[in-house]
Amino acid sequence: MSEVKMVPYPSRSIVPERDVNERPVLEAMHLGVNFGGLHAVEEFNITVGKTEIAGLIGPNGAGKTTVFNLLTKVYQPTTGTILLDGKDTSNMNSVAVNKAGIARTFQNIRLFNNLTVEDNVKLGLHNSIKYTTLEGILRMPRYWKGEKESHERAMDLLKIFDMQDMAKLKASSLPYGAQRRLEIVRALATNPKLLLLDEPAAGMNPSETAELMNTIRQIRDDFGIAIMLIEHDMNLVMGVCEGIAVLNYGRIIAKGTPSEIQNNQEVIEAYLGKQKEA
Amino acid sequence: MKNSNNAPRSNFLSNISKTTRSNFITYGIIIVVYVIMQILVNAGAVSNLIRGQLIPICVFATMAVSLNLCVGILGELSLGHAGFMSVGAFTGAVAIACMESAIPSPILRLILGMLIGAVFAAIAGVIIGIPVLKLNGDYLAIVTLAFGEIIRSIFTNVYVGLDSAGLHFSILNRIKAAEDGKMIINGAIGLTGIKPIATFFMAALLLLVTLIIVFNLINSKTGRAVMALRDNQIAAQSIGISIPKFKLMAFVISAAIAGAAGTMFAENYSTMLATKFDFNTSILILVFVVLGGLGNIRGSIIAAAVLTLLPELLRSVKDYRMLAYAIILIVVMIFKNSPSIQAKMALMRSKKTARKKTKKASIGKEA
Ligand SMILES: Nc1ncnc2c1ncn2[C@@H]1O[C@H](COP(=O)(O)OP(=O)(O)OP(=O)(O)O)[C@@H](O)[C@H]1O
Ligand SMILES: [Mg+2]
Repeated sequence: MSEVKMVPYPSRSIVPERDVNERPVLEAMHLGVNFGGLHAVEEFNITVGKTEIAGLIGPNGAGKTTVFNLLTKVYQPTTGTILLDGKDTSNMNSVAVNKAGIARTFQNIRLFNNLTVEDNVKLGLHNSIKYTTLEGILRMPRYWKGEKESHERAMDLLKIFDMQDMAKLKASSLPYGAQRRLEIVRALATNPKLLLLDEPAAGMNPSETAELMNTIRQIRDDFGIAIMLIEHDMNLVMGVCEGIAVLNYGRIIAKGTPSEIQNNQEVIEAYLGKQKEA
Repeated sequence: MKNSNNAPRSNFLSNISKTTRSNFITYGIIIVVYVIMQILVNAGAVSNLIRGQLIPICVFATMAVSLNLCVGILGELSLGHAGFMSVGAFTGAVAIACMESAIPSPILRLILGMLIGAVFAAIAGVIIGIPVLKLNGDYLAIVTLAFGEIIRSIFTNVYVGLDSAGLHFSILNRIKAAEDGKMIINGAIGLTGIKPIATFFMAALLLLVTLIIVFNLINSKTGRAVMALRDNQIAAQSIGISIPKFKLMAFVISAAIAGAAGTMFAENYSTMLATKFDFNTSILILVFVVLGGLGNIRGSIIAAAVLTLLPELLRSVKDYRMLAYAIILIVVMIFKNSPSIQAKMALMRSKKTARKKTKKASIGKEA
């Protein structure tokens, strides 16, 4: 794997060289939240390039998931600004943020368990299906057209992970790894500009993880989107991410390319060092 | 690989035909049962007792289906579904009484009355739904419970009279219609002087239309969004599905259908008390839904039909009627929840789909 060249970006960050002339998909500035006095995240600054694969790592409880929850407005940030593709998301809620272009998966899987795999994906397509409730109830031509198109689109999306055969199964009946993959497909169905993956390889075996790594790259290439992922599996992070931010106690302690992060003394102490002791 | 291009299309058709088939079976059951009962009634083979229950059965099945939309599909507990029925009964019946001279056709009057009842029930649904459905938790159960009680006490204190001077309306103050007129709602006496125009045909049609609306809703993008909220709200928001919008939509549709059923119910009797739509009735409808299975529309209809008929059939055992009713309820619940019985049912089902499964397994091996 050849290392991607990361270059400085005007607003206090680095992005891959190919993205530097494009507007970054995400710029978070001074982002912070506190939960009853606990500063879960503080002074979080990051820039993610238009087609970058970025990593967010850090020890347990560092605040990684909280960052995702801030970006997607599950929590309203107490400080800071988020620019999504240049647009300020301060006044947006979760729904609006998704419509504006951020989709995500969850650390503890959140599927629609009683619905089929296909319906889970079709729900991701919800806002791109163009017929009204009344047209649906009256089964107007636009209903049939919309349903046919969304079925075909859902099947295409499931193909990314070779899951077409599972389309009719209940989401809850899938094995753990497949549930994680379905969450990615559902998120992709919303046609995002930025895909946030919270520990996508958790619970997967090494061969599944290796496959996931390739698929993540492929998704980036095929969809031309940016991906930010949280992961504890260092092989995956170092293998797939171009830029990495390290979080500890809610603050970024280092930013850089995989090799820079691997050789950063503070990171090794805070995170990788701890891993070795354990 | 050769037929991989055709696969999505054939899957699409098989998928549609599978759910559609199941829905059409339900429509078919309703139509067949209606035709059989109608023939039996015409042949005089049905006792008065059962004949009197035909319209209520259709009405309560409609109520159960609409409540299932709220409780089973949306996943929000409502304890005041009879309240919406009441709104529909009183507003629809007043409307029908007013239209009596203008529209001679009773069927047309009934349809218009049900539409008006549905609209008023929907308005009540919006008024309750907008503030309450924004909150998470059991608030809806509490507020609908209160709503049912409030509606009941309102309608026991409303006086509506119709005479040549028009419609007279009063709350709390007893009024009288002029000599040439009549009271439509007479306070605690309730709806009076209704000329019943409900028919078994119209009641069965109401149930059928309700089923079509509910099934088509469930199998559309709106229905999927509603079920997504039931399963996981945070995930639903993360993919751009607005919680209040779809909660309100399902709740209001459920209320509107209950309103139409209420009008039909009122038009089956010459008088109707507001207390007929009390908390017990709400719970009774909820029992139909729970017993028939949450989210199981066909189950709701069967439970409503059986449990509406049962007390009448048990009249012969007089004193033990309620006891027998309770015992039957308990037995059904035990059957439904027993793991061993469920396992047997699952076995039967798996035998049915055994062929499909072996097919799938062989596909898995190839991969
Ligand atoms: N809603 C909340 N209320 C209070 N504290 C919270 C809340 N959410 C997170 N926290 C706290 O914020 C801190 C960061 O949590 P977070 O889940 O973001 O960690 P993480 O980096 O994702 O950890 P892990 O690797 O274990 O997933 C933790 O101390 C956690 O207890
Ligand atoms: Mg986490």
